[in-house]
Amino acid sequence: MFARIWQFVIKEFIQVWRDPRARFSLLVPPIIQMIVFGYAATFDVHHVATAILDQDHSQESRELISRFVSSGYFRVTDVLNNRAQIEHLVDHGRVALAIQILPGFSEDLRKRTDASVQVILDGTNSNTALIALGYVNQITQGYQQDYQRGYLDGIAPLASQRVPQVLLEERPWYNKSLEDRLFFVPGTIGSVMMVMVMTLTAFAIVREREIGTLEQIMVTPIRPLEFILGKTIPYMMIALGELVIVSMVGVLWFEVPMRGSVAVLLAGSLLFIAGVLGVGLLISTMSNTQQQAMVVSFFFIQPAITLSGFGFPISSMPPALQWLTYLDPLRYYLVVLRGTFLKGVGIELLWPQFVGMAVFAAVTLAAAITRFHKTLD
Amino acid sequence: MNLGRMLALARKETIQIRRDPRSLAVVMLMPVMLMALMGYGIGLDQTDVPLCVYDREGSQLSQDLLKSFVSNRYFDLKLNAHNYPEMVNAVDSGRCTVGVVIPLYFSKMLGAGHPATIQAVIDATDNNTANLIIGYTQAVVARFSTGVQLDYQQRNGPTLGVPTLNLQARTWFNEDLESRNFIVPGVVALVMAVIGTFLTSLTIAREWERGTMEQLISTPVTASELIAGKLIPYFVIGMVDAATCAAISAWWFEVPFRGSVTMLFGASALFLTGVLLLGFLISALAKTQLAASQFALLTTFLPAFLLSGFAFPIDQMPAAVRVVTRIFPARYYVTILKSVFLKGTGIEPLLAPMAAMVIFAAVVGGATIRGFKKTLD
Repeated sequence: MFARIWQFVIKEFIQVWRDPRARFSLLVPPIIQMIVFGYAATFDVHHVATAILDQDHSQESRELISRFVSSGYFRVTDVLNNRAQIEHLVDHGRVALAIQILPGFSEDLRKRTDASVQVILDGTNSNTALIALGYVNQITQGYQQDYQRGYLDGIAPLASQRVPQVLLEERPWYNKSLEDRLFFVPGTIGSVMMVMVMTLTAFAIVREREIGTLEQIMVTPIRPLEFILGKTIPYMMIALGELVIVSMVGVLWFEVPMRGSVAVLLAGSLLFIAGVLGVGLLISTMSNTQQQAMVVSFFFIQPAITLSGFGFPISSMPPALQWLTYLDPLRYYLVVLRGTFLKGVGIELLWPQFVGMAVFAAVTLAAAITRFHKTLD
Repeated sequence: MNLGRMLALARKETIQIRRDPRSLAVVMLMPVMLMALMGYGIGLDQTDVPLCVYDREGSQLSQDLLKSFVSNRYFDLKLNAHNYPEMVNAVDSGRCTVGVVIPLYFSKMLGAGHPATIQAVIDATDNNTANLIIGYTQAVVARFSTGVQLDYQQRNGPTLGVPTLNLQARTWFNEDLESRNFIVPGVVALVMAVIGTFLTSLTIAREWERGTMEQLISTPVTASELIAGKLIPYFVIGMVDAATCAAISAWWFEVPFRGSVTMLFGASALFLTGVLLLGFLISALAKTQLAASQFALLTTFLPAFLLSGFAFPIDQMPAAVRVVTRIFPARYYVTILKSVFLKGTGIEPLLAPMAAMVIFAAVVGGATIRGFKKTLD
């Protein structure tokens, strides 16, 4: 039995490596995907294109504006002199934010009545708008506090020291600088692995069927289990090699830390790859043409990535979809990836993910073997 | 260009599509599935963030602060920790996303008119969520702080009038900052990209693989007739899908539709033409289904997902990547879609993206005819 599997493994390796296009598609697309995802997938909000309309032209208004500029969150692209220009810029999507300081701003401050600042946000991108609004709030709050303190210092030096205040000290753990890249790169490794393994294996059997070599294999004494193993082992090894390459891109190029144990990462990856292989082979045994296999695997990959928590938090999904995510092997794998890369946690916290992936792999591989058995008849 | 020959080819292609009802069903169901998946699955809004509190003081005031955390829809108290390690464990295991520590002597410090600092530990693995949560936490604490200040001033002698800053934020186009309104219009572009390139490239690559393309070439049909004839049925399918997607967006997800329907379909037709031609070009160059599908994913689906501004703001990408986004038509199409749905501006701001899509279609069309002629030799 082992000799037969071994022969089969060698045949598969030769087949993959013989084709220069296949060699190309094994190496180049994953690296491109890693780099493009790593740079493009970002929800960061820095240097938001901002227009400023200062109708007060006072020392106070200039001070407030300079706080906006020096915060680094806003990039002033346009300095305006009338309100109509705001509409034009926002309509064309040239700025995402416009700050308008109304005439009388400094006078109101001095008279101790409410001084108004108006902010116009382009809500088309709700996420950017929300975060930018948070920054605007923070800056105006800070300005107000400092102005109040200066004011109290002026009229009653002692009183200013006796204002109770609740201060907040935020500690963002695991990703101290709140860098998007650290969040997205481990997720990208998972998605790239998934796409890679799926496309390889989904074609694995159906191609042999289309070319007609599957019948030749069937007349040999090989058994379904041996056949599936013979198909699985080489792809497993290729996928592990792939994992090393994309992880290197992540660690060396994007400088993602590796805080946990490599052994845990590898063990988790093996379970994940086995599960995806199972799905891929299952699809391959069920399809008659490569096109069908491709379309069906797309139908698996797309939801699997969307529901995995790759970029869109699972906690924001409706309950029905949240349940569905438990059927997604990538969901578990991403926790393992982020856990080992960013958090540095070990098996003691990650074991539920391992159980989830193991169950998934067992079910899909078993289904692939039984399914293949039937197609032999 | 002979119209009769072209239509005859279109009819042949239609018959071929109809003969494979399974694939046709997939093509018609895909928009529904993708819309449902992304419309429900991609929510960036954060509500009911699991909160863990370690209240070291347990006074009336600290309980009041907790109440102001829980009394809005953003936080959901999951755990009242009795010691620090318990809180750390809750954040480490991912059960809670935020841990708030209220210090000893919290109310005493404030009562004596001193500042008191509370600590918020935030799981920043998903830094976008962390950013939003920091914003919410700041807002809660700032409001509480103002309340404490007012109380203090009322209790301690004559009230000093303090100058305040009043921030008026106006959000345009997506007034409630709902992420669904921001995501859903872009999904139309994703669906069209998949239909356009992915499916066509497969069907045409199949003709190459099976050798029927050479039979077609041996007939008197010219390159442009062949291309047009093959693409017409897919164009019709794509337009039906566009209409389906737009209908789902407007009526099911209730995304506001403020622009013109003509603009929507005009832009969709332009985008579809571009990606269909690209699909044809890819399959003529790749010639195998595996390579064609991989290439199609890389050149259309990935750009539509990542480089279009569909979910990730282009503004925030590095300069080199921003240049790359200009090459792919998805970026222009998404701009128009978001504008037609949410902004409802006139036609003038949309002329530039329309022109860009025309140029893309023309360039790819030219390359397709040339590339196709070359492969004839």
